[in-house]
Amino acid sequence: MSELGASCLSGRGVTKVFGIGKTVTVAVDHVDFDFREGQIISIVGESGSGKTTFSKMLLGLISMTEGEISFQGKPRVLKTCAQKRKYWKDIQAIFQDPFASYNSFRKVDSVLLDCINMRDGKALPQKKKEEMMTEACSFVNLKYEELTNKYPFELSGGQMQRLMIARIFLLKPKILLADEPTSMVDACSRATILDMLLKLRSEVNMTIIFITHDIGLAYYVSDQVYIMEHGKFVERGNAENVILHPQAEYTKRLISDVPKIYGNWDLTTV
Amino acid sequence: METYMLEVQDLRTKYVTRFRENVYAVDGVSLKIKEGKSIGIAGESGCGKSTLALSLMGYYFPPLHYISGDIIIDGKNISKLKPDTIRKRILGKEIAYIPQAAMNALNPTQKIIRFIEDVIHAHHPDATKKDIYDIACERFEILGLPRSVLEKHAVELSGGMKQRTVIAISTILSPKVLIADEPSSALDVTSQKMVIKMLRELMEKEYIKVMIFITHELPLLYNVTDDILVMYAGQIVESGTAKQMVFDPLHPYSKGLMGSIIVPEEGVRDHQLTAIPGTPPSLKNPPKGCRFAPRCPYAAPVCSSMEVPDIELPNGRHYRCLMSERKIREV
Repeated sequence: MSELGASCLSGRGVTKVFGIGKTVTVAVDHVDFDFREGQIISIVGESGSGKTTFSKMLLGLISMTEGEISFQGKPRVLKTCAQKRKYWKDIQAIFQDPFASYNSFRKVDSVLLDCINMRDGKALPQKKKEEMMTEACSFVNLKYEELTNKYPFELSGGQMQRLMIARIFLLKPKILLADEPTSMVDACSRATILDMLLKLRSEVNMTIIFITHDIGLAYYVSDQVYIMEHGKFVERGNAENVILHPQAEYTKRLISDVPKIYGNWDLTTV
Repeated sequence: METYMLEVQDLRTKYVTRFRENVYAVDGVSLKIKEGKSIGIAGESGCGKSTLALSLMGYYFPPLHYISGDIIIDGKNISKLKPDTIRKRILGKEIAYIPQAAMNALNPTQKIIRFIEDVIHAHHPDATKKDIYDIACERFEILGLPRSVLEKHAVELSGGMKQRTVIAISTILSPKVLIADEPSSALDVTSQKMVIKMLRELMEKEYIKVMIFITHELPLLYNVTDDILVMYAGQIVESGTAKQMVFDPLHPYSKGLMGSIIVPEEGVRDHQLTAIPGTPPSLKNPPKGCRFAPRCPYAAPVCSSMEVPDIELPNGRHYRCLMSERKIREV
């Protein structure tokens, strides 16, 4: 396992139960995982399979009912605010809805400025800050001059999502958790965003955890694929193996339901 | 002389904004569809796909305005009719439209059968409840929906089921043309497959004669429709059969679109995703000449000065580019 890199984020028996008494929903059910450094890991499942709950636990936004998560080999403890703050320096997220990710009262360049200030750049001269922001914007093919003095509603969904990636570029976290970053944009912007994530990975060498329902997308971007059904990982492994030679029934069904262009899409099996 | 079920000639419509600016969202669209055929319309967000769908209904209400062109359904021109006539005579009977979030169209306080009664009563005022119930049952059974759905409220149904119910309701009068505007993009893959299967069944059993399917998911379009039209900045830039368009696109824009296809099949990982740089132009004052020229990798100075004609190839494909077919294949 040495060529896979050091363990970045791993967990054992991670469980989340919602509700009490008779109305208990087990959203994530005793899952084990081991994410290695510098890899792109996809977590694929249909709506309601527990992907988002799982991702929120990884981020430390909600607590676990049971189990433990280790970060870089050491158990992750998130009891105090300071601990959380420290952990969030290493893990960042891009969410599904870019429109909900911005404060609509603030101009968009303030988002980038905040990132620099957060990374101990508060004392830097204004010119240096602007240079950094211009660099981050050009990384995602946006023009910094066009962004200043704009409010979030003036940008398109694709542009906003790209600005989110520019944020990640400035923050350079160890782990990026992308929760369906392309489900609200069209196929063209999707290609742009995926290319940028791949470029980001090779430049900053971060681990990307990609949460999606689109199995084709998971196949295209990831090294490792985890298939989630009803809060459990039913299949995991190398992307080529899992997608081209699925073993679990659920994976087979998911793949057969996606429209194909080379093979035959069988409509009779629903 | 061939007859077409739906014929659109040079349709132009515009939006008028609050500040009296004109946005030309559909600018000179012509298309012809034979009976029993389906076409797909592909393109980026904001290229005018949904506006085209709305305009094809002939039902214009502000901010959408009609400028010129003809929409001929089965020999009848509906483009010059009054909105009221369209609503009473055409919608539901000649043309049905399924919007993207069709499932939100169901009133939560009413049973599904009530919507069907509404639709049928609008066109046949003297139909009895019993008749309507029988028609609805028969149609639902053919389309694979359980009969019990008719007596349920919308909240009792799942998202995919609601979407299929709405499709069944809107096609209950067997309209000639069905316009489906992203009917499956809010659903997961399994429900999407069921919706597609249902639309196919409607076509096969000839409840609808012509289907127009709008989406930006190209693999889906490839599997659903016979022909694909690619739309850019309010114009159709290329059209051809689904196979030609996906595997052999001619227009530089279509090439970019087809390069963004992702499917879980062997060989996809090796191919480089191509993204089209830049953003679609503003339709308030579209660029002169070829509208794609500012983003086109092969653009020459002449592209942005000369109006680009629609070129028809011997095999029936159309494309809108100044380059010849041979030159396109070379670059």
